[in-house]
Amino acid sequence: MKTYEGKVEAVRGLDLAIEAGECFGLLGPNGAGKTTTIEILEGLLLPTAGDVEVLGMTWKGHERELRERLGISLQETRLSEKLTVRETLHLFGSFYQHPASVLGILDELSLREKADARVGTLSGGQKQRLAVATALVGNPRILFLDEPTTGLDPQSRRQLWDIVRQFQRRRGTVLLTTHYMDEAERLCDRIAIIDHGKIIAEGTPAKLIAGLSGHHVVEFALQSSNGGGDELWARLPGVQSVRSEDGLYCLRVDEPHHTIPALLSVVQAKGAQLAHLTTRQASLEDVFVHLTGRHLREN
Amino acid sequence: MALPEVQIEPEKSEVATTTNGRWAGYRALLGARMKELWREPEVIFWVFAFPLLLALGLGIAFRNKPAETTTVAIVNNAHAQQVADLLQGSRAKGVIHADVLDEKVAFDGFRLGQYELVITADDNGMHYRYDPARPESVLARTQVDDALQNAAGRTNPVKTEATPSSEPGARYIDFLIPGLLGMNLMNSGMWGIGFAVVDMRQRKLLKRFIASPMRRTDFLLALGSSRLVLMLIEVALLLGFGVLIFHMKVEGSQLAILLVAALGAVSFGGVGLLTASRAQKIESVSGLINLVMMPMWIFSGVFFSYERFPQIMQPLIRALPLTALNDALRAIILQGASMGSQWPQIAVMAAWGGLSFVLALKWFRWS
Repeated sequence: MKTYEGKVEAVRGLDLAIEAGECFGLLGPNGAGKTTTIEILEGLLLPTAGDVEVLGMTWKGHERELRERLGISLQETRLSEKLTVRETLHLFGSFYQHPASVLGILDELSLREKADARVGTLSGGQKQRLAVATALVGNPRILFLDEPTTGLDPQSRRQLWDIVRQFQRRRGTVLLTTHYMDEAERLCDRIAIIDHGKIIAEGTPAKLIAGLSGHHVVEFALQSSNGGGDELWARLPGVQSVRSEDGLYCLRVDEPHHTIPALLSVVQAKGAQLAHLTTRQASLEDVFVHLTGRHLREN
Repeated sequence: MALPEVQIEPEKSEVATTTNGRWAGYRALLGARMKELWREPEVIFWVFAFPLLLALGLGIAFRNKPAETTTVAIVNNAHAQQVADLLQGSRAKGVIHADVLDEKVAFDGFRLGQYELVITADDNGMHYRYDPARPESVLARTQVDDALQNAAGRTNPVKTEATPSSEPGARYIDFLIPGLLGMNLMNSGMWGIGFAVVDMRQRKLLKRFIASPMRRTDFLLALGSSRLVLMLIEVALLLGFGVLIFHMKVEGSQLAILLVAALGAVSFGGVGLLTASRAQKIESVSGLINLVMMPMWIFSGVFFSYERFPQIMQPLIRALPLTALNDALRAIILQGASMGSQWPQIAVMAAWGGLSFVLALKWFRWS
């Protein structure tokens, strides 16, 4: 599957299969082609080549049936500010043959208190919940969320995660895009990492991380700041790879309990002192860095 | 690329659902549109209050004075009193007001527009000073000359008679109100549809709508219907205002007025939709809307008759939709014409509306 936006090929050779009842995440940096991909699946963009099948149907010829069964929240929709929350949900519900009750949705998304408030007066988190509510009010089988938590505070993000999990518990299928690795890690059953319009890795978050040779990370910095070249640290036992940035060293290791004592003795032998030392489990961020040499949030 | 295949039959879920009929979406869209309009104070002002204020202001400024009097100055000299006496004794004394003034004061007053004519009398007769560029000055010259000649004993070879007639229907306000109604239908059609559509496109609301099972025809129907509802209020307000405040007489049938106004509203809705069919930004559509409306404000006979424009322009002017709407409204409201007699105007409006709508649908961008 591929598409062209202007003369730029946004997505190419993407092959995905998403299972019923799972939460599937498209993870990638801005401009990777996530939105293009999800909008092709939503039937809003036409691929220049390739096939899309949703619920066993294609967009051509089954658009109405599909739209009745999908709930879609776009990356950035500014709903009419003059309508109230309740009126907005009533409006979107009216498009479906069998919509969910507006009151039920208001409760589920903790918007009951704001039911009669104008959309223009809502906070960012409430607006985003309302956007998701307009997708859920059709009582969909599949929920599409494009960057649902971008720009939200941590509490609003967790609220949205709960909404997605609740929908999943009712056997709903979720497809979301995100550039937050923690979101993908905690919320998604499976993810595909997208970069430059291609899938570079696919699987469960745990499996992707486990697939890294060295799924622990040791990070340290020296006080005198100059720790020398990466090669010195790569020779330590169990180290799979070394990256350094502004004096912060990042070692991917298999067994930290072998690496750290050796690290300490090298530091001591250099007559240097540690300014900082932590160890943590490798994350999807490390997977992305390993695959692309770049961080998710940099461009 | 494939998303899960599940059986299509509606399955039992924990979510309580209701069932919607075929027109639920249309009704909700229309309801939402009316609420949005009603909650927008600017809309209320521009659509409802502004035309009434305009009618009130112009109606007062151009109201018919009880008897239009001509004011003339007579230069104060030995003959002045004789001229004043002649005017006083003439049949036209009721409509001519004369002041005897010093020469400088008289000519200053003439220059400032306080006097329409200055009369200087001497042994040889009278001399008039008038301004050929001021219609009332030209009129004053003829009026005064007539009055003086008659009073001095001129006998007219032909006997003439005149009946004054200034019934409602022939006044400026009567001409103005249908024109304002036409202009208002154009303004609110162009802004009400054009602006709303681009605003929704810019907000990505149009794209969000088509991501749902909303029927696109319902959306367009609801937009058009909202125009018809507003049209009813606009017509009732402006005509009611004219009747109550200016004692205007509505000659034609109310049904014919409503039908023509509805056609005008829908026609300008179509033009508005075409104007907004591709624009991505409010700023660009605002410019376009003004560009489309500008010629019609000037040429379509809102404030003055378009007959004043050169003959060669007349066919073009008559082909404008606002000209057609204004002509039909005036014919029905002021002269009691039937709908049928207005078929050329109706055809012009239908052609503009229909063609715009077809092109708008062809070019329309939902995202």
